[in-house]
Amino acid sequence: MDKVNIELENQFFSSEKKGSDIKGKFFVGVTQLAVFIIIAVLFIILGIIVYQGRAKFSWEFISSFPTNGMTEGGILPALIGTFILVIVMSIAAVPFGTITAIYLTEYASENSKFAAAVRFSVRTLAVVPSIIFGLFGLGFFIQFLGAGVDTAFNGGELRWGQPNILWASLTMSLLTLPVIIVSVEEALKTIPRELREASLALGATKWQTIKQVVLPGSVSGIMTGTILAVSRGAGEVAPILFTGAAYYLATLPGSLSDQFMNLGYHIYIMSTQSSDVEKTMPIQFATTLVLLLLTLSLNLVAVVIRSRIRRRAK
Amino acid sequence: MNSQFPVNPSFTKESLKKQFRLSEFLAEKIISSVAFLSIAIIFLIFIFVFKESLPLFSFGSDAKAKTEIQGTAKPESYGGTTTEELKPESYGSEPVSNADLKPETYGSDPVSTEDLKPETYGDVKAETPETTATETPEAVSENNEGADKTWSTFFTTEWVPVSENPRFGLIGLLIGTLKVTVIAMLIAGPLAILAALYTSCFASKRAKEIIKPIIEMLAAFPSVVIGFFALMVLATFFQSIFGYESRLNAFIGGVAMALAAIPIIYTISEDALSAVPKTFTEASLALGASKWQTAFFVTLPAATPGIFAALLLGVGRVFGETMIALMATGNAALLSSNPFESVRTFAATIGSEMAETVFGETHYSVLFFIGSLLFIFSFALNAVAEFYVKGKLIKKFQGK
Amino acid sequence: MKDIKIHVNDLSLYYGEKKALKEISMQIPANKVTALIGPSGCGKSTFLRCINRMNDLIPSVRITGEMLVEGIDIYDKNVDVVNIRKKIGMVFQKSNPFPKSIYENIAYGPKINGLKDKTQLDEIVEVSLRQAAIWDEVKDRLGDSALGLSGGQQQRLCIARTLAVSPDIILMDEPASALDPISTSKIEELVHQLKEQYTIIIVTHNMQQAARTSDHTAFFYMGELIEMGKTNTIFTKPLQKQTEDYITGRFG
Repeated sequence: MDKVNIELENQFFSSEKKGSDIKGKFFVGVTQLAVFIIIAVLFIILGIIVYQGRAKFSWEFISSFPTNGMTEGGILPALIGTFILVIVMSIAAVPFGTITAIYLTEYASENSKFAAAVRFSVRTLAVVPSIIFGLFGLGFFIQFLGAGVDTAFNGGELRWGQPNILWASLTMSLLTLPVIIVSVEEALKTIPRELREASLALGATKWQTIKQVVLPGSVSGIMTGTILAVSRGAGEVAPILFTGAAYYLATLPGSLSDQFMNLGYHIYIMSTQSSDVEKTMPIQFATTLVLLLLTLSLNLVAVVIRSRIRRRAK
Repeated sequence: MNSQFPVNPSFTKESLKKQFRLSEFLAEKIISSVAFLSIAIIFLIFIFVFKESLPLFSFGSDAKAKTEIQGTAKPESYGGTTTEELKPESYGSEPVSNADLKPETYGSDPVSTEDLKPETYGDVKAETPETTATETPEAVSENNEGADKTWSTFFTTEWVPVSENPRFGLIGLLIGTLKVTVIAMLIAGPLAILAALYTSCFASKRAKEIIKPIIEMLAAFPSVVIGFFALMVLATFFQSIFGYESRLNAFIGGVAMALAAIPIIYTISEDALSAVPKTFTEASLALGASKWQTAFFVTLPAATPGIFAALLLGVGRVFGETMIALMATGNAALLSSNPFESVRTFAATIGSEMAETVFGETHYSVLFFIGSLLFIFSFALNAVAEFYVKGKLIKKFQGK
Repeated sequence: MKDIKIHVNDLSLYYGEKKALKEISMQIPANKVTALIGPSGCGKSTFLRCINRMNDLIPSVRITGEMLVEGIDIYDKNVDVVNIRKKIGMVFQKSNPFPKSIYENIAYGPKINGLKDKTQLDEIVEVSLRQAAIWDEVKDRLGDSALGLSGGQQQRLCIARTLAVSPDIILMDEPASALDPISTSKIEELVHQLKEQYTIIIVTHNMQQAARTSDHTAFFYMGELIEMGKTNTIFTKPLQKQTEDYITGRFG
């Protein structure tokens, strides 16, 4: 503990060096310790997963199918499935989220009850447990929309009224919507008022101003939001548990009405329901490593872009 | 137009007349409608999650009465395709309506439906059990038993959904969920708040710029990764330390969920602490208080509402967390106060059993009912965090 | 009557409860430069922004009274604010070019008015830039970002951008306050040339600038119009004590 504190002091401690006050030192030390514990745990997790996963982690692992009852081979279908999932999800969520953000920053007046309700809804969406989205996907997309489409257009033949990649992606898009809205909103707010005024003073209408000046200026914000949403969507499993993820598929999904494999779901299945958990351990760790690298690097990119936006705003 | 240059068109009533711009009008309408969708989604989530649990509420013949009412009312509003009509068709393999299913699934025990009904479903008083009972005595009594049986088992502790005599005791799940939540919050709360305090009050600007993104990076760890880590590494590690029996238990689940909750609590607390007006802290420092005294006795109390909100949202995160619960808690609904026993949470129950249920059966409805409870709970937490806390903050800083 | 471009009658402006402009009545002559002077916070900029209804953007603002431009009340319900702003251009205190190329900055106004013809656009861009006396400096790099220009050039670019939509009236809100003396003199010279074609209203807190560039001067103080008249008269023998105090530098 003492050692930890001293180390931390060298690293982070900047002011309060007079330190005749023991009580104060103790309090500050406790807060430092908390920071240290969190960061240490984070790196321990990262370290162990990298260490355990590196053995199996290779290009071949990423680019081949699982074999021998998923006890050997790679994770290609899970990777591709995740990829399709986040793409379809982004196609649905990005326009939706961007437009909502435009409403909130450009159209909503300050005291509008409607805007307050939209804000509240967005924040609620952000805290609804992800499993609830899964239930909603099942109840709304599959049982209501999908089954409805089947009855209306397929003569009752079961095609859309069952879990598939489209419904899973749409379910995921609801979950990631707040992420996009918040990012885009933040970016829109950094567009200086002077630019909007310049455009309006030239006789541009509100929508022309948004289209020509505001939106081009917030492309990077939309990108940040998309990347963060993709990072989130790639890692979430609960919403797709019963809306489309499959245990094992011998082929890649050929249409949106097919089921798909997914990295996160693969990890869950392999670690809890595999026939031989011990034997597949390296595969599990390597899959986790792939997923973690994916989400963390996406996040890192988003953080970099975001800090650039913030710097520009200053 | 302005094509020739320079042109000085004069001011006339015509040239300045209010114009209707279609694109402008459409843009505004479309944008507001899309924004409205966010509100609609919240409603839809509630309606559709709750709807699937509705069969639980249709006691006896009310179920039939309700389907009849819906059957006639819905075609008007939904334009032809009602869900009630859809279901049997899409699941053609078993042409059984919900009402028919129940008598088969459940046994006998004609108890206190009459007492329960007015309380829960006052709106359907018209169809009293007495009147319907005279019409179809057997069916009604059996139906009554089904729904009522389900309800009465809710308040027991046994969760045995698949058996001859299924029991849906929610108490066991509730206790499991609470146990994990308490453990997670006991770990995450202090750690995250102390870390936030250090970041906003003591850290140098440069240290802050390093610490904050790193801790927030924890939020980018998918819960399935944290769950996997808990399952593979933490479980073994803690078992070797404490030597308890079941490898996966409430404690392991709690520790793992703390990792998921820390970034949320940390970020919101840090924002709240940083939002405390400089005048507060400067006044304290000017009075001769040291930096840590100011932090603990001025900044921290001033940010209490925000930190409270952070904790609420942390609770919401842990309460509804599925993957970690599925992977690290052992998933056995045991009743015990021992933190090192396996538990089963609400969310994990939905996650693990939904795939095995048959559409429309009671087990399916019960899982959706649990989902409704989770949704209402998280909604309420967010509402409290939002309105109560905001009000308090405004009061505090503006003295209104 | 023909010589008066804008009649202002009893114009008052409220920010919520606060009355920021108090019963302003004035007449602004056509094809002349009118300077609005006064200490900061006196309402001169707020008044300027009333003329092209920029204050509409602030939700809490309420305006009473009349603002007649060539006899038309621009606050009339049937008047289109977008069309108003096409006729009444504005140059801001801080130069605010769009983060686009120089060419696109100038072409912005004509383009949003639906002009697509490339040759016409080219012509407008060239004429506007020439009018704003910046053509020679930028003609070889029209495709470069406008943000690469110096502060003074940016401000002249903004003036050119305003000219490109061929307004009647140009409002300038302290256009040279952030510029160096050389750029300032270029802007002042430009203002002098432009008044042949345009009615110019310029807000400034620089008294020498007002004296050099304007034909008429209005002095604002605490939201009221204290005095207005020929610039010569205002600066040599003002009628009001407050005006004299301000001009001689006793306050503000």
